[in-house]
Amino acid sequence: MSALQLIKKLCRHKSVAFSLFVIVSVVFASLFASWIAPYDPNKQFFEGLTMEGAPLPPNSTFLLGTDLLGRDLLSRLIYGAQTSLIIGIVANGIAILIGTLVGVTAGFLRGWVGNVLMRMTDLMMAFPALLLAIALAAILEPSLWIVALVIAMVNWVQVARVIYSETIAISSREFIAVERTLGASTRRILFSHLLPHLLPTIMVWATLGISTTVLLEATLSFLGVGVQPPTPSWGNIIFESQTYFTSAVWLVLFPGTLIVLLSLSFNLVGDALRDELDPSLKGRD
Amino acid sequence: MSMTVPDSAQAGKTLLSVENLSIEFGQGQSCKRVVDDLSFNLNRSETLCIAGESGSGKSLSALAIMGLLPKMARTPSGAILFHNEELLSKSEPEMQNIRAKQIGMIFQEPMTSLNPIMRIGDQMMETLKRHRIASGDAAWQHIRSMLDAVRIPKVSERLRQYPHELSGGLRQRVMIAMAMLCSPQILIADEPTTALDVTIQAQILELIRELQKEYQTGVLMITHDMGVVAEMADNVVVMNRGVMEETAPIRTLFSNPAAAYTRQLLAAVPRLGTAPPLSERPERPPVLEVENLSVRYPMRKNSLFEPPREVHAVDHVNFVLHEGETLGLVGESGCGKSTTGRALMSMLNFEGSIKVLGKDIRGLKGSALKAIRQDIQMVFQDPFAALNPRKTIAELVGEPFLIHGRGNSEERKERVAQLLSQVGLPEADAMTRYPHQFSGGQRQRICIARALALNPKIIVADEPVSALDVSVQAQVLDLMEDLQSQYNLSYLFISHDMAVIERLCHRVAVMFGGRIVEIGSRDQVLHNPQHPYTQHLLSAVPIPALDSKRDFRALLEDSKAPDPIKPKGYQSKPSQYGEINQGHWVALEA
Repeated sequence: MSALQLIKKLCRHKSVAFSLFVIVSVVFASLFASWIAPYDPNKQFFEGLTMEGAPLPPNSTFLLGTDLLGRDLLSRLIYGAQTSLIIGIVANGIAILIGTLVGVTAGFLRGWVGNVLMRMTDLMMAFPALLLAIALAAILEPSLWIVALVIAMVNWVQVARVIYSETIAISSREFIAVERTLGASTRRILFSHLLPHLLPTIMVWATLGISTTVLLEATLSFLGVGVQPPTPSWGNIIFESQTYFTSAVWLVLFPGTLIVLLSLSFNLVGDALRDELDPSLKGRD
Repeated sequence: MSMTVPDSAQAGKTLLSVENLSIEFGQGQSCKRVVDDLSFNLNRSETLCIAGESGSGKSLSALAIMGLLPKMARTPSGAILFHNEELLSKSEPEMQNIRAKQIGMIFQEPMTSLNPIMRIGDQMMETLKRHRIASGDAAWQHIRSMLDAVRIPKVSERLRQYPHELSGGLRQRVMIAMAMLCSPQILIADEPTTALDVTIQAQILELIRELQKEYQTGVLMITHDMGVVAEMADNVVVMNRGVMEETAPIRTLFSNPAAAYTRQLLAAVPRLGTAPPLSERPERPPVLEVENLSVRYPMRKNSLFEPPREVHAVDHVNFVLHEGETLGLVGESGCGKSTTGRALMSMLNFEGSIKVLGKDIRGLKGSALKAIRQDIQMVFQDPFAALNPRKTIAELVGEPFLIHGRGNSEERKERVAQLLSQVGLPEADAMTRYPHQFSGGQRQRICIARALALNPKIIVADEPVSALDVSVQAQVLDLMEDLQSQYNLSYLFISHDMAVIERLCHRVAVMFGGRIVEIGSRDQVLHNPQHPYTQHLLSAVPIPALDSKRDFRALLEDSKAPDPIKPKGYQSKPSQYGEINQGHWVALEA
């Protein structure tokens, strides 16, 4: 099945088509931010604040209003998409990668290797995630990539746990035993037979994880160990302005909606992709 | 005792009559009729068997009587009359009063039908309380007498135990005792012995017969096993795909079946003692030699200070398999027959020696082991579990070639097509389909094709037909026989089913408690059994023919296998064998 066919199939459902549209537009916005954004995201406009110094609600000059420093919210959101996507995809991707690696190794090999790996995972889990993130971020110089790494370090443990138990369940299924009797190598069993069965679980985590990582990044930014201002991210836009939520509702509403919309879209597309890629659901009536 | 005794004056002889019962699933276009126009009568003290293969709608009919149909089912049409009262129109609370009190039911799998976190005694007490039949001491008295009636040993101890502490046979006895607790007038038994060993099956069937005699219960028994039908039924309803093919008294059914389907079904059932005699076979070279094979598992410790213990799953097993021969390995669950098969495939660590074509496979690893695998292959019991559901048939059957690096993709494709046509799946589109698009029998054919791919000399078949319906069973057995003569294959055929063993095997080994207790040619072992366990096992097999009802009373006392759990390092002695006849060896009692 070619990629085009796959996309066509996915678009049969309106919700999935819409989700794909959302993802594509966010990716597009972050890639071409400098062309699309109406203003410089860090420029503080004198006319962006009222005489009393309050931010402006959406108007014809500033389509989505301005923030506390008189910066254009729309421009900040467009540039913020870069940060959030990088965090959401890179941090989450690393977390999934580490988690899957640890989970599969521990679940497939069992024995002392599995024990050591899983006790290590438990140890990481027992640590308060936020504390760990703050500690790591404090030691390392905060930058976008470091933040992504820190979030990955905190988030891989849950993935490892889930993949571990999945792996145990699948490797005790008979078709894996059959592969052994046929003489298949461990590598072949892992990549050709085990991983395809883990794919749905990985897919669900990958899509669910995006929203949690975006939010974790926001928390870290709020605590001052995340993405450093003035670089915008959806998370730190919310946190900067959360105390003004009642008087400047747009400052929380728009970035909040975007986070929800993006993670929902990833979830829906992930689900649809999983169903489409599972051949054992085909031809069922 | 304040229990209700069925009042014989209450009604005539007919307890239950089902009239034109139809059950449908789904709505509108996707509506499926799973039971179509079923009618029968059940009388007091009578056993009615509903026989049929999987998907015949026999279990659903029983659930409909109990008012326990799944929610997706539409309200069935027709009538179910219990003492001339319509059950279909009864409300749920009304049905709750009828269930257990008037109509009791036992299911196939006793473990899942008993509450795992409730003591046996409390579970039974609950039923009594619910129907306000008895309370206090009188109730306990009643429970005890019921457990006695199903011959459960050490009743006081059992009352305090949980379901997982009992063996499968005991659990099913508890289920029967529970179902009979309120002395229901009808007992519905849905495949009550399918999950059990033959000797346990014989016990359960005997118990049902005894209880029926005592309480004049009408028994509605659902089964796929024509042997059980012959053993139990007074009248039989034969169902096929929701349609009632035939209803007849047992005598007519077996002597003069009216429906073509019934004739087909009866012809397909393997019958112990009816296999054609074996032709004389010249002495052939051995392909598989097993000497002093033992498999032990370490036991999990319950406490730190407990001495380490081991389970002796297979204990000093010896046998030889010759070229082109089928050796049956027969025994009940837990006797070590499957473990033996897995040891032969090097799927677990073992002691002793296994020689495949003269080469000892013990301790082989990597490429040396891989090379051996071309000569010995395995077919598993559950053909669906053994096939990766995400691969096409072409990928699955072609997998061995890929693993062993044989041929290019064109040649592989050609070989796969050839293999599939050999196992009777010649359709061109079979290659691109997935396992779930095939029936159970077809799936097992696919597994056989895969096992044959590398041209092995030996195939270990672990219960290859146990999960299949009888008519399909016969076809798969035929296929295995054809392939054997075509390729001079040797089979190690592991099964619990004596009739299937007799049908296919040249030689038979009987396993009990991890050891072989008797081995010899098929006729020697099955027609002239010498070891008490073999005799015991053979006397428990129900025979699907008229006037072959067997007396299972002698079997009611459990024969216990020796405890397989031994302290670590315990050296068990190999069994001593005596040769009764040429090639017929029997373990001597220690």
